Amino acid sequence: MSRHEQRLWPVWMVLIAAVALSALPLPDMLQPVRPPLAAMTVIYWSMMWPQRFGLGSAWVVGLLLDILQGTLLGQHAIALAIIAYLTLKFHLQIRIFPLWQLTVTVFALLAIDSLIVLLIDGYAGNPLGGLARWSQVLTGAILWPIVMALMDRIREQLKSQDRTII
Amino acid sequence: MALNTPDSDPSAFRGTSPGPRLILFVILSVALMVLDNQNQHLKEVRRFLDLMVYPLQVAVDAPARLGRWASESLSTRSSLIADNEAMRREILTQSGHLQRMAALEMENARLRALLESTAKVGDRVLIAEIMSVDMNPFRHQIIVNKGSRDGTFVGQALIDSSGVVGQITRDQIVKSEAILITDADHAVPVEIVRNQLRTIAMGTGDMDHLSLPFLPRNADVQRGDLLVTSGLGGTFPPGYPVAVVDEVLDDASQPFLKITASPTAALNRVREVLLLWPEVDTENKAMPEKAPAADDRPHDEQPQADRAAAALAGNGQAGGDRRADDGSVEDGQ
Repeated sequence: MSRHEQRLWPVWMVLIAAVALSALPLPDMLQPVRPPLAAMTVIYWSMMWPQRFGLGSAWVVGLLLDILQGTLLGQHAIALAIIAYLTLKFHLQIRIFPLWQLTVTVFALLAIDSLIVLLIDGYAGNPLGGLARWSQVLTGAILWPIVMALMDRIREQLKSQDRTII
Repeated sequence: MALNTPDSDPSAFRGTSPGPRLILFVILSVALMVLDNQNQHLKEVRRFLDLMVYPLQVAVDAPARLGRWASESLSTRSSLIADNEAMRREILTQSGHLQRMAALEMENARLRALLESTAKVGDRVLIAEIMSVDMNPFRHQIIVNKGSRDGTFVGQALIDSSGVVGQITRDQIVKSEAILITDADHAVPVEIVRNQLRTIAMGTGDMDHLSLPFLPRNADVQRGDLLVTSGLGGTFPPGYPVAVVDEVLDDASQPFLKITASPTAALNRVREVLLLWPEVDTENKAMPEKAPAADDRPHDEQPQADRAAAALAGNGQAGGDRRADDGSVEDGQ
């Protein structure tokens, strides 16, 4: 087991980098097109490596995001756990989709993530932010093929070392 | 192991199946959110977790810091000399103003002592740097590099050289999170300098605008009026500039004026802010209009004679540690 755990560190590096990028300062103009990279990486790894990456990891990533963004503790965590669950449940179907279909699915998953965060914001009485939320989801979907290609490369390298990766 | 899907190899899954685990995580998250929302029950937990992600924020901040350092160290001799010259001139004019200010402050303290009311003895400040780290994109929040170990507290006011910037919402150990006055959830009690008309300036979620929604149609407001903090609510000390009225729209069908104002502080360009520790005696004698909610501070009790003496001596250390750590955002009247 510990040998498997050791190989997980590149995945965690990617996840932490995605979380850190969400805190990267952007000019106000680009704020509506900031891609939800953390959610995208969570979707990718729960789809491609369900044996090692699951709800718990998604939840921890969400918690990191909550701490960094100063949102309610658990707000992103619950959203990411739910989309990780959906991805895990359907990962066998999703994985064989052609790219455009996969992109549409990711769009739907990102929209669910955004909707959960929005609902919690609404319930807690925080400002709702208007359309920017949804343009971020759209950017995420548009950038999905690129992000996926990048992470495929990392997965290829890990694959040679670990047979549980498919 | 050719067909190594989770279905064919159930032992590959750790722990329980995803369904019950999802329920577990949902319950855990909801519990966390409820605790976090109910008046910061998780303050200490958050502080601890925040300390753990602090290196991440430092890493994100690093490129911007490096850029600033590079531009500073690569600036030419002539531009440095010019800068220096300009600053020297500015200091000269400022200290000219300050000389009069000291005399006026003394006079004010004397007059207040005569009236047996307490004096405003000035504010203690600390310079904090804003970290180049983005937070929740739907809020106007910033992170400053001073935390509770420097003595910051929730509700502390932040100003820059030209006006009020915001207030601290979470004081962590090495840094603090603050909310800007333009956040859609923020309100500052203000008054118009020209006629002391008091109202509330609400954030709009737009970095360049505040709105004053509570002034009736017959209120005396003009374009160009300066709004300063009124000191009501106890969060912001009185007298700091907040915004200048931009536009007054009088719609006959509405009971209130529609007024927008632009903040005087350079909210999206500012790099350094001042943290304020008001050294004002918060008892209601000095400010009879003060909201009652801000007055329940037992540690502010101090003999009257003491206060008057301290006011006359004009020193800022009259009463030790008196910080408005009740965390009240504006009472909103």
